[in-house]
Amino acid sequence: MTTTYAVLSEGLEKRFGPVHALRGLDLAVPEGTVCGVLGPNGAGKTTAVRLLTTLLAPDGGTAHVAGHDVSRAPHAVRRHIGVTGQDSSVDTELTGRENLRLFARLHRLSARAGAARADELLAHFELADAADRPVSTWSGGMRRRLDLAASLVTSPRVLFLDEPTTGLDPKSRRRIWEAVRELASQGTTVLLTTQYLEETDQLADDIVLIDHGRAAVTGTPAELKAAIGSYAEVVTQDPAALAAAAVVLGGLTGGEPALDHERLSVGAAVSRPGLTLPRLVREMDAAGVPVSDAGLRAPTLDEVFLKLTGNTAAASVAPDGADTGGADTDGAHSEDAGHAEDAARTKATKTGKAAKTRKTRKTGKDTERRAA
Amino acid sequence: MSALTHQPSTALGSRGPNALLLDGWAMLGRHLQRTRHNPGLWILTQTMPVTMLLFFGYVFGSALAMPGAEYRAFLVPGLLAATAANGIMNGMFQAAQDTHRGVMDRFRTLPMSRAAVPLGQAAADAVTTAFGLVPLILVGLAVGWRIEGGAAEALGAFGLLLLFRFATTWIGMFLGLLTRNEEAAGQLGSITFMLPLLSNAYIPTEGLPGWLRVVAEWNPISAATAAVRDLFGNAPVPADAAWPVAHPVAGTLLWSLLILAVCVPLTVRRYARSGR
Repeated sequence: MTTTYAVLSEGLEKRFGPVHALRGLDLAVPEGTVCGVLGPNGAGKTTAVRLLTTLLAPDGGTAHVAGHDVSRAPHAVRRHIGVTGQDSSVDTELTGRENLRLFARLHRLSARAGAARADELLAHFELADAADRPVSTWSGGMRRRLDLAASLVTSPRVLFLDEPTTGLDPKSRRRIWEAVRELASQGTTVLLTTQYLEETDQLADDIVLIDHGRAAVTGTPAELKAAIGSYAEVVTQDPAALAAAAVVLGGLTGGEPALDHERLSVGAAVSRPGLTLPRLVREMDAAGVPVSDAGLRAPTLDEVFLKLTGNTAAASVAPDGADTGGADTDGAHSEDAGHAEDAARTKATKTGKAAKTRKTRKTGKDTERRAA
Repeated sequence: MSALTHQPSTALGSRGPNALLLDGWAMLGRHLQRTRHNPGLWILTQTMPVTMLLFFGYVFGSALAMPGAEYRAFLVPGLLAATAANGIMNGMFQAAQDTHRGVMDRFRTLPMSRAAVPLGQAAADAVTTAFGLVPLILVGLAVGWRIEGGAAEALGAFGLLLLFRFATTWIGMFLGLLTRNEEAAGQLGSITFMLPLLSNAYIPTEGLPGWLRVVAEWNPISAATAAVRDLFGNAPVPADAAWPVAHPVAGTLLWSLLILAVCVPLTVRRYARSGR
C-alpha cells in the first residue's frame, strides 16, 4: 500500500514535571484527510499539537509532519504547516490587515503579493469591514476566523487546529466548519482537536480518541457510532413508575438502566437495533408509565469515554502514576465498560495498532474481575 | 463564499543573515505599528526623564554646593545616559509581556529566523528612543544646558546613546524571558531605576569614598555619561577616573559590545527555547 501520511507519530512521550502528558502517542493521518482528535481536557490533545507543530520538543518517540522529522528538521516542518492554537495567536494590538500583512512578509511574500493575499483572506472570512480596527476590539468569533486566516497566508500542506470552536456560538462554529470542509475538499490535510463529538462527526474522516496521553481508539465516525450506539432516556412525573420504566427500558435497549431519582428519569445505552421513539413511548404507555419526556440522542463525550475506554472523562486528568486508579472507578459500570471494550478492541485491531496493547491489557483485567 | 486560491509557500531561504535582516525588518515594522496604535504608554515613558530633570535640577539643585544652573547643565547628559540605560527596564517588561502572547507561538511555528523577534524589538526600541530623547533635549536647552562642541561630535553623542540603549535592551529582554512575569519585571525594573544613582549621572564621583567611587565609575552608565559630556563639550574628561570614564567614548563602545556579545546569544537561545 502506498498511503502517504501527512502526520505520523510513534510512541510520542512528553512529561511536565510530575504530569505524564503523553505516554506513547501513535498517530497516522493519511495525506488529504481530516483527523479529529477527540478527548476531554487534560487528555493530551494540546500537548500533541504543540509537539507536532515544533513548539515543544518530545521527550521520547518520533513524529514526522509533511515528511519531515519534527525534532531533527523543525524548520522544514514549519514551511508546510499552518497552526491555529487555542489562544488567539495574532497580535491583538495590530489591526487584522496589519497582522495578515506581517505574516505574509514573514512567509517571504512580496509586499504587493502580501497585501493582495491579506485582502483575499479578509474578504473570504468576511472580516473586511473590521480589517482596519485593532483586533483587541473584535469579537471572539471574528478573532478565531482571523486566526484561521493567518494560518492560510500560504496554503499549508497540513493544518493544525487546536479546539478551533471551543467557546464559540453556533453560528461562528458553523462558519469555521465550512472553512475546514472547503480546505479539506481542496486536499489540505487537517488535524483538529475537539471536545465535541458532533464536531468530529461533521468534519473528520477518522477519529482518534485520546485518553491519558495515548490513542485509545481509532476509527471512522460511523464505526465509532456503531460501537457506541445511541442513548435512550425517559422522564416521568410519577416517582412510583420509575422502577417500571427501568424494566421496560432495559428490555427495549438491552442496556443497563440508570435511574435519576431527582429528575425522575431513567436512561440506558441502546445496544439493540431498531428502537424508535414512537415504539419507546408506546411501550412505556402500555406499561402504565406516564411519560412526560422521552428521547433518543447521541451519547455525550462522557458516555463515549465510559463505553470505549472504561474511564470517565474526568478521570483522564490524572498525574503520573494515577493511571490505574482512574480506570473503572465506578464498579456499577464495569460490566458495561467491559462489553464496550470488547467492541473497541475489535475495532482497534481492525483500524490501527495504536490501542492494541493497552486494550488487551485492560480487557484482560476486566475479564479477571468478572470471573472473580 | 468563493474558494480561496492556492498560495504556494516561497522557496526562499529562511535561515542565514539575510533572513535575519528581512524578518527583523518585518518585526521592526510590527513594533512601530503597535506604538502608533497605542502611543499613550510611550508618551508616558518619555515624560519620565523630563520630570526627573525638573525635580532633581530644582529641588536637589538648590541644596548642592554647585550652583543650580550649573547643576542642571551637569544633569542633562546624565539623564540622557540614564534614559539610554533604561532599555533594561523597557526590554524586560516587553519581553515578559510577550511570553504570554499567543502571537509568539505563531512566530515560532513560522519558517522565520528565530533571532528576528528580539532583534526587531531592540531595533524598534532604538528608533522610538531616538524620538524620545527630543523632549529631554528641548527642556534641557530651556533650563540652561548647551551643546558646546561641534555638530559631528553631537551626532556622535546621539549615535553612542542609541547604541548603548540598543545594548541595554538586550539585557532587559534576556531578564524578561527569564522571569516571564510582568510583576517580577516591574519589581526588577525599580532596581534598574537605581542604577544611575550609583554613577556619575546625577552627582560628581570625585566626592565619593574611594571604593564607592571605583564601583560607580565601573558602572557602564558612568562611561556613557562621561562620553556624552565630552562630546557635547560640557565637561572635560576627568583624568584620574577609572579607565572607562577616562576614555569614555571607547569605554562606552566597549561596554555596549561586551553587553551585546553576552546578551544576544543568551536572549536568542532563551527565546527559541521558551515554550519548549
